[in-house]
Amino acid sequence: MSKKKETVAVHNMSKAQWTWHLMKQYKVGYFMTIPFMILFFAFTVIPVFASVFVAFTDWNLLQTPNFVGFQNFITLFLNDDLFIIALKNTILFAVVVGPGSYIMSFVIAWFINELDPKVRAFVTLVFYAPSLTGSAYTIFQYIFSSDAYGLVNGWLMNFGLIDAPIRWFQTEQYIFPLCIIISLWMSLNTGFLASIAGLQGVDRAQYEAAAVDGITNRWQELWYVTLPNMKETLMFSAVLSITGAFGFGGIVTSMAGDPPTGYVGYTLTHHLGEYSGARMEFGYASAISFVLFLIQIGANMAINRALSKVGK
Amino acid sequence: MSKKLRTRRHRVVLNRSSGGDMGITLLLFILGVIMFLPLYYVLIQSLKPLDELFYYPPKFYVINPTFQNFADLFNLMSESWVPFSRYIFNTVYITFMGTAGNLILGSLCAYALSKIPFPGHGFFFQLIVKSLMISSAVAGTLQFVILTKLGFMDSQWAIILPTWASTLGLYLMKQFIDANISTEMLESARLDGAGEFRTFWSIAMPLVKPAWLTLIVQSFQGLWNTGASIFIQSEDLKTLNYAMSQVLSAGIVRQGAVSASTVIMLIVPIIVFVVSQSNIIETMATSGMKD
Repeated sequence: MSKKKETVAVHNMSKAQWTWHLMKQYKVGYFMTIPFMILFFAFTVIPVFASVFVAFTDWNLLQTPNFVGFQNFITLFLNDDLFIIALKNTILFAVVVGPGSYIMSFVIAWFINELDPKVRAFVTLVFYAPSLTGSAYTIFQYIFSSDAYGLVNGWLMNFGLIDAPIRWFQTEQYIFPLCIIISLWMSLNTGFLASIAGLQGVDRAQYEAAAVDGITNRWQELWYVTLPNMKETLMFSAVLSITGAFGFGGIVTSMAGDPPTGYVGYTLTHHLGEYSGARMEFGYASAISFVLFLIQIGANMAINRALSKVGK
Repeated sequence: MSKKLRTRRHRVVLNRSSGGDMGITLLLFILGVIMFLPLYYVLIQSLKPLDELFYYPPKFYVINPTFQNFADLFNLMSESWVPFSRYIFNTVYITFMGTAGNLILGSLCAYALSKIPFPGHGFFFQLIVKSLMISSAVAGTLQFVILTKLGFMDSQWAIILPTWASTLGLYLMKQFIDANISTEMLESARLDGAGEFRTFWSIAMPLVKPAWLTLIVQSFQGLWNTGASIFIQSEDLKTLNYAMSQVLSAGIVRQGAVSASTVIMLIVPIIVFVVSQSNIIETMATSGMKD
């Protein structure tokens, strides 16, 4: 009897009342999420969305901000040569390192997929180890050390290929390729582990069915069976690859300095650091981060579109 | 069926040319060597005595291995005017506090987003997914302002608090709970009169051990490498990684000590990963992103 009454009551509720009813019924859900959400909003959501507004002001933390319209963006694109350099470098790095690391982590995961589990665990460690510590790239300062005791210089001189040691990270033409090599070396991270797990999760029966259906080689199998079966994993690791490809400045800074020689490898991360940390020009810095934000959203939309074509 | 199928252990073995198998093995081996070489080289460098460090051309092996570089490193460290143990304490403190907070807040939130259909849970989760798509530099500008305004300048909380709200571990845990805990199981506990927090703690958490291990390892790896930070000025609040990098800046004569420090910074996360690898892979199996 009472149950019937309740159903009637539900029918008579407006949408807002019904939502309120659910909110009360599941209020424990809010208690459980709110501690995390407060911090998540404070340190991620609010900073990202507020930067959209701050980008249109001249805020410097000390004085009341004035609304300046598109002035920051006009300065960025027309009067700030360093910004253009940083933008070009950032996009170039991302275009090479993003797809590069993504393809590398998938291909290696695919290669090791059929190994014996114990061997696979070991090989996984070998490939994953470089990304385990953020500081492992300091090794390359000794491999590409600027004197004859550096590994590369020493051997190149020994073979008579060069006469004098090359100052790798102070020479404009080497900074860019070296930083790309180092970041690719370190790029087999969480997305790589996800690919390994994703490949393991593809049902074996599907491969057998595909063989009976006339798939003749491993490439066809990859394209028609494996990839369509792990689209969600592909999306997850693509997202991580993109984020990684844009969070790049750290390697350049520690290998070549900030700013690096001739501003080769100078990225938006460096430019952001210059205007927020050093000059406290938060309006201008917000405009830079807003541009970075738009680029990343665009990259994610592009990869989403590309992945929808997989297996077709 | 005209097609010939090879079989191995009574199962169909598919479309594998032996040439392809060999090519892949060879390629994998070469790639593996390239990946491993830098790590191997730093290990070798850390074991070389001084005269061998200055051999020309540099050798890929060590003739008289020694732990002298590790001893030198600790001597150099003890010369700094802040005791070395202080840097270790700081790194351990930041790593522990950050990881514990992220684990507690993140798993509570992941559970609620997965299993309690409160209005707004879908929206919250979408925000978390979107946050994975942007690099930390985007939020960094105004995050700096917020942390400064909150009074965390020159405080380790400026590093710890943002990691409490890091989203990757939460995302992985939520996906894992979705796939591994059935609502019926929780329903029966709720019918027995267990509150939501109790259900979370005694039913859900024991079942998602791989996910919280993964969250711990992720968070640990990030925090263990905390280096110089714009927030921290006091020398006695700085981290092990920072102290190590100071040794590095002294140049070539300390190459051995630097290699030793890199080995130390690497060895801890490697051990942590080896111990938890199978759990992490298990968690990653449910990491897929639906669109």
